[in-house]
Amino acid sequence: MHSGYLDDLGTVLGQYDVLAAFWVNIQLTVYAGIIALVLGTLLALMRISPVPSLRWAGSTYVTLLRNTPLTIIIVFFVLGMWGQLGFTLGPDFPTNFFRLSVLGLAVYHAAFVCEAIRSGVNTVPRGQAEAARAIGLGFWPTARLVILPQAFRGAVAPLGNVLIALIKNSTVAAAGSVAEASGLMREMIENSSSVILGIFLVFALGFVVIVVPVGLATTALSRRWAVAR
Amino acid sequence: MADLEVQTDPSTRSVGDPLVVLEHVDKHFGELHVLQDVNLTVHRGEVVVVIGPSGSGKSTLCRTINRLETIDSGTITIDGTPLPEEGRALARLRADVGMVFQSFNLFAHRSVLDNVTLGPRKVKGASRSQAREQATALLERVGVANQADKLPAQLSGGQQQRVAIARALAMDPQVMLFDEPTSALDPEMINEVLDVMVSLAEQGMTMIVVTHEMGFARRAAHRVVFMDGGQIVEEADPETFFTAPRSARARDFLSKILTH
Repeated sequence: MHSGYLDDLGTVLGQYDVLAAFWVNIQLTVYAGIIALVLGTLLALMRISPVPSLRWAGSTYVTLLRNTPLTIIIVFFVLGMWGQLGFTLGPDFPTNFFRLSVLGLAVYHAAFVCEAIRSGVNTVPRGQAEAARAIGLGFWPTARLVILPQAFRGAVAPLGNVLIALIKNSTVAAAGSVAEASGLMREMIENSSSVILGIFLVFALGFVVIVVPVGLATTALSRRWAVAR
Repeated sequence: MADLEVQTDPSTRSVGDPLVVLEHVDKHFGELHVLQDVNLTVHRGEVVVVIGPSGSGKSTLCRTINRLETIDSGTITIDGTPLPEEGRALARLRADVGMVFQSFNLFAHRSVLDNVTLGPRKVKGASRSQAREQATALLERVGVANQADKLPAQLSGGQQQRVAIARALAMDPQVMLFDEPTSALDPEMINEVLDVMVSLAEQGMTMIVVTHEMGFARRAAHRVVFMDGGQIVEEADPETFFTAPRSARARDFLSKILTH
């Protein structure tokens, strides 16, 4: 790559707000991540509960959502829920599309959060629940006070993997007309085809910069929070 | 020492009304008939040791009394009330029945003190300070008060089991179940746990103890129940059982564990 290429790339990058586009991905990730964590925890509780119908509902949800492509879920929320059914979550188009995409990302990743937490629950020995029941705690207090705190600690690494997938999958919101990084990349490539590789590398590097610290942090946390037995 | 023996002689401690009553209890694990028509009455203040070869159903029997294991047929009553099947009533009953496990099962993510205060606070609605005061006294009583702020994994097995006893006692149970409480312990730690159990027996606690510790049975038990193949084969006071067992199966079992 001669210096002319870098100059051209610099000019192209100067014409767009790349950082703002990445910021949208981060926002999509944070909002969807929080909703997915709550929903996924509820699903995991349903799947370990003593009530058969709750267990059935939880596992059906996971099976359905986990096996549907994310693009289809996002398109369903944005075009199906809004376009066909008139379901709106915001006053203007960008806000509406953003929120519907957050919802799509959240319901999809909740299925993976559920399975990550369930794998965490499996790290908690059976005797912990028995001891909790033996002192008179019911199912929910046992789950809340004894099982889940240990399960989350055992699930930090798999939850980190879900978060990493979510960060990268936030680009699928482009299918829901959200102006995020991958959509901007496509636009820049279409307008400046002479520096395609450079544009691609900048965006790839952007995601690496976001994702690598998350992976390092969850690995460190999973070690620090490991429950000593 | 002689003084201690006089104090701990079970015959000097009186027993009261029936507290735990099992009638015609049957249970299967698939094909295995693990409890066969079991009838057992434990009186208030009584210490009953359940002994028998592994797989005889003694642990299962112990676990049915607070319904950690369900039964197929028969009845179990505690203080005249049949065991509730599930829900709040069952949780309330379990609060009344203390349980000590072979593998301690202390809550691994909580401090020793929190392990003891959790039940009183969350089940009985005790205030934090109230629960803390009681827990400190109990930890003192089982000799691990100086470990209160540590996590269970930082304690020895014997210390963990004594904390587990304190955790069960914190609920003021009517009866304590011990499911092989010393089987997972290194030999040098067995006595510190048995000493706590003996002093509990002296204080009149109703206890059902699954154990092979004959020393404990002799020191503290009113009665030994021998199980084999899911049945109660023989019941007798400890001295009679260990010196003159009536059944061939008990003699056979005792010959195997007494030879060393």
